[in-house]
Amino acid sequence: MRDTLDELDRAIVNRLQGGFPLSERPFAEAAKEFEVDERVLISRIEKLLANGTLSRFGPLFDAERLGGAFTLCAMRVPADDFERVAAQVNAHPEVAHNYEREHRFNMWFVLATSTPEDIDRTIRKLEVETGYPILNLPRLDEYYIGLQLAA
Amino acid sequence: MNAIDRAIVRATQAGLPLIARPYEALASSLGLTETDILERLKSMLADGRIRRIGVVPNHYALGYRANAMSVWDVADEALEALGPQVGALPFVSHCYRRPRRLPAWPYNLFAMVHGRTRDDTAEKIEAIRKVLGASLRASDVLYSTRILKKTGMRIA
Repeated sequence: MRDTLDELDRAIVNRLQGGFPLSERPFAEAAKEFEVDERVLISRIEKLLANGTLSRFGPLFDAERLGGAFTLCAMRVPADDFERVAAQVNAHPEVAHNYEREHRFNMWFVLATSTPEDIDRTIRKLEVETGYPILNLPRLDEYYIGLQLAA
Repeated sequence: MNAIDRAIVRATQAGLPLIARPYEALASSLGLTETDILERLKSMLADGRIRRIGVVPNHYALGYRANAMSVWDVADEALEALGPQVGALPFVSHCYRRPRRLPAWPYNLFAMVHGRTRDDTAEKIEAIRKVLGASLRASDVLYSTRILKKTGMRIA
């Protein structure tokens, strides 16, 4: 994918990860930096979304600051039971994302609920359903979030 | 958070409309004025409810396939000073302090590192190790091998 990006695509991906203007004609304003017309910028963003280079365009919210409760959970699941447990875990709407990782703790998922009590309740429910204990690893402090991935 | 802010979050979490005046379109769909929308978004940006506004790249599409969660056991008294130094490294996308769960889990610092190859990522992880220096007691690296579920954050 990244080989098919031209110079303008790369510039947009690299330089528009933040700072999109809050003004009446934000694309026109942002387009100046790339020395293109607002319509060109809009159609490039459309293309980059359609071909999967971008997953989204818009405000990136800090879910925790919006309210609600979150935590990172880890489980140690035997390989021959992994698919069953993944299906059970994923079936819960509170599970926002779930990754398989190469480690004895091989399943890592994020829970998002409206209250902290719901986090505890969901963890207990998942432990009972799956039969495996869960490590509850909420964030205690955040040191930075603001990756500027280079295209 | 009030009902209007919540409505704005709901209306924009999938993205902004790709038209010349996206905030005007948003305003009319919510029965607000464009000025209302701009003011609300500015205040959410100012207080951190919005981290930033712009494009959100897809790691995999950009060739970042070696995505690792690096985890570190750092002396508690050193973490406040060292955490922000790790977070400031350009290749670290998220950096958090989390609780240890002994004996199963001794690590209290998490840093997500993205590279195009495992060698590339391993080199970046070494740079974190240097920052942590003598305050580091143990570490581990967990590469992701499969996305089992990925839904956008749903905010009610």
